[in-house]
Formats: sequence, C-alpha cells, structure tokens
Amino acid sequence: MYVAVKGGEAAIANAHRLLADRRRGDRSVPALRLDQIVEQLALGVDRVMSEGSLYDRELAALAIVQARGDMIEAIFLVRAYRTTLPRFGYTNPVDTGAMQLERRVSATYKDLPGGQVLGPTFDYTHRLLDPELAAGAKVETPAQRPVEAEAMPRVSAILAHEGLIEADGDMPLDHVPGDITREPLQFPMARDIRLQALSRGDEGFLLALGYSTQRGYARNHPFVGEVRFGEVELELEVPELPFAVPLGSIRVTECQMVNQFKGSAKAPPQFTRGYGLVFGQSERKAMAMALCDRALRAGELGEDVIAAAQDEEFVISHSDNVQATGFVEHLKLPHYVDFQAELGLVRRMRAEYEARENEDKTAEEKREAAE
Amino acid sequence: MRGQEAREQAGRKALMATLAHASADEIARLWNESGLPSEAELLRGPETGLVTVRGRIGGGGAPFNVGEATVTRATVRLPTGQVGHSYALGGDKGKAKLAAIADALWQDPAHREAVETKLAAPLRTALDAARETRRVETAATKVDFFTMVRGED
Repeated sequence: MYVAVKGGEAAIANAHRLLADRRRGDRSVPALRLDQIVEQLALGVDRVMSEGSLYDRELAALAIVQARGDMIEAIFLVRAYRTTLPRFGYTNPVDTGAMQLERRVSATYKDLPGGQVLGPTFDYTHRLLDPELAAGAKVETPAQRPVEAEAMPRVSAILAHEGLIEADGDMPLDHVPGDITREPLQFPMARDIRLQALSRGDEGFLLALGYSTQRGYARNHPFVGEVRFGEVELELEVPELPFAVPLGSIRVTECQMVNQFKGSAKAPPQFTRGYGLVFGQSERKAMAMALCDRALRAGELGEDVIAAAQDEEFVISHSDNVQATGFVEHLKLPHYVDFQAELGLVRRMRAEYEARENEDKTAEEKREAAE
Repeated sequence: MRGQEAREQAGRKALMATLAHASADEIARLWNESGLPSEAELLRGPETGLVTVRGRIGGGGAPFNVGEATVTRATVRLPTGQVGHSYALGGDKGKAKLAAIADALWQDPAHREAVETKLAAPLRTALDAARETRRVETAATKVDFFTMVRGED
C-alpha cells in the first residue's frame, strides 16, 4: 500500500515569499544591479561560470543575486538553466598560445619569451583589510607601458625541444572527445573526459586534493611551468557558412604543471605534466585541476595508486558540487516513512535485546539461589 | 577566381567577428547614424542556445570539452533576396538580428561599402583601441629582473 501525505503548500509559498524579502534585505539599501556584480564581484562570477559549466556573465550574476551569494546554490541555478537550452554544436578547440594575455607567470623559467607578466593579481599584496575601500576611495587608472607586442608561446612548447618533458596529451586520431553531459560517467575513463569533469569540479574539493598530493599523498614534485589568463577566440563550424563562424572571445585560465618523474616500467625518466583549463580568472582552480590531472594519470604512468587523489572513481564521482549538495541536502527533506520503518525495526531489536538480557538475568538469579 | 572567393569569405568573416565582439548598444547606435535599412524577414530566431567550448590537452594535444557558453543566432532575408546569418556569445537577441541584417547587406554590392565604413570601421577602431589599452596596461606589470651585487668581489 502506498499512502501519499499532502500538506505544507501554504507554508512553502510563504517560505518562498519570506526568502524573496530576506534576499532583498533592508529596502533603504539600494538593490544590487547585475552589472555591478559582473564588474565588481568578477571572480565570484567566474567561479559560478566555471562550476556551473556555462560561460555567461549576466546569467552567473543573476544566479549569484538569486542565491543571495550562496555560490553552490548559484552554480546549481546555472546548471539547471543550461538544460533548458538547445545545443548548437562544439566549437573548434581554443588556441591558448594565441591568448590575449592579461597575466602570465612561470615558476620554472625566469627569462622566457614574453617574460613574467603579473597582471591584476592578489600575489604580493599584504592581505591587510583596506578601510579606504569601504569609504569609496578614488581608484587610480592603471599604469601603461607602450611596448611592441611580442609572442608569448606556451612554456610547454619551449621545454619540448630537449625531449626531457612529455608532449601535450595525445589521443588516437579517430578518438571523438567524450562528453559527460551526454553520456553517463564510466570508469576507467579517458583523460579527455576526466578533464571535462575536473574543469567543472568544485574548487574547494580539487584544492584539497591538490594540497594532499603536495603533503605526500601521491607526491609528484610539481612546478608551475606556467599559469596564464586572458581572452581566447571561439569559432564554430556551421553548415550554413563555408567558414568557421567567429563567436567572440571568452576569458580562460590555463595552468601547465610540470612534475618530476623518475621513470617507471612504462615511461623513461622525464618531466611529466598535469593540465588545467577553466573558465574565467581562477588560478587556484586551474592549478588544483592540473595537480589532480597529474595525480590521476598514475595508472597510465605505471605509478602505484595509494592515495585518494589518484583514485579516479573517488575523485571524479565526488568533484561535482551540484551532485554532492543534492545528495547531502536531500537528507533534510521528509523521510517520515523511511524513518518510521527504521523506528519500528529499532524498537523490535531493542525489545529482543532486552528480552535476552532479562533471560540472562533470570538464569543468573536462579543459579545464585541454587548455590 | 579562387583568390577572389577567398578574399570575399575573409571579408565576410572579419565583419562577423567584429559584430560578435561589439556591444549591442554600440551596434544599435552606429546603425541609427548610418542610415542603413533594417527591414528584413526573420527566417530563424533570434534564438539562444549553447555551444560546447573545446580546449586541447596540454594546450596543443587532443581536444576535450571544457564547458558550455551561451550563443544567440539569427538568420534573415532582405527584400532584395540576400540571406544573412549571425552568431555571437551571450543572450542578446536584438544584436543577433541587427548583425544578421548587416551580414546580408554586406553581400549586397549596393550596401557593402556603407556597412564597412559606417558600421564595421568605427566598431573595429573602438575594439582595437580597447584591446591596445588592455595590452599596454598588462605590459606595465611585466617584471624587469636586475642583479644586485653584494660584497667586495
């Protein structure tokens, strides 16, 4: 028999009305505009785009407001919206070597072509709260340095010539890139599919796993070969035009992690690599992604799988914060019937336990009386 | 003839790239000033959908899917018969329609010159200036290393 319990409709409607009120907050404070969020909370917007796996600043800003700044809720909103849109196709792969750079640093080469370009970074700030910002202090315009434009090849291309570093990851020529939005996850998975999952993975989760590899759980001696951030052009092949149609540009962050590798039965001693590519400006995420990518290549490189970060099924199955929050948060929804069933079970077990205890006690008393 | 065709396609693609990068407000403003006709029949859209952005493993290796981006597209036909298309990142439907009309007008010899000079050229000038500003601002953050000599020898 199945019995549906209904009720709570008025409570739910009023709860959502209350939510709308609390979201707006004190009416004497001006309401936020989306362009303010896009411009002034840009890295929060980038995180929602990256983990929501949808590049659209306005939608991400709307999601942040609607979610009252709860990033995972905002990411959830964006993911849900994505599913309502038709798909026009797959873009041509972006060329990160031709990126219009806004930052590029290498921890392995001081004097690489194009140099070390810091861009708008938090690095080298003193992490002191700035009360002047709260007072709305005037902001200086940036310094300019009118120099000739120079090519900034990826550091991996510079390192490649000695043969001491492995090449960019190749797949068989007939390999069609897997797509986790179309096919369910299957383990073991190819590196391309893993990278797609990592690119939308939770920043905190990937950061913790990357950190764990540095602390000795799957140690792999990483160096940041390069981190770069800037705009790349997107192009799409469409049947109605005889050329790839330009769509405009998106901002991405790329990390080339270079790892010492003493060699194994499968590969000679060389530098191996981990790769990170994420939407928006997020070095932390791109670096964590690259550390995880490298750790997850343990099997391919003939390393022992001994740590969480190397366990593909563990990492990829738990990296998606929308799935994670869905399963954790569903616990607060009504489980009345499940709980009643378990309550009945525990009552019965407890009654049996007590009956057994009483029996033992009675037997004991009888024995003592007999003695 | 092949060369002619290739130049034709390159010119059309360049216009599409400019329109994709430009803001809707800027396109609309220049359009109003240009006196270009905006009468056209919508054959498709404007409609918003997704493209899946691809990257390459290691930067230059095998392709993989990074994530989705919103794209809005439109297809129009002019009273004179030319069919124009537009695709651009984002969700702006007004921009998609105007950009498709611009593409169609560009294919009409009577209007190409006006599309190039009154629409594409000023948009390109503004986009190039913004790009150049960002480049020199970024260049100002380039590290100049120098060596400090310490001690007697």
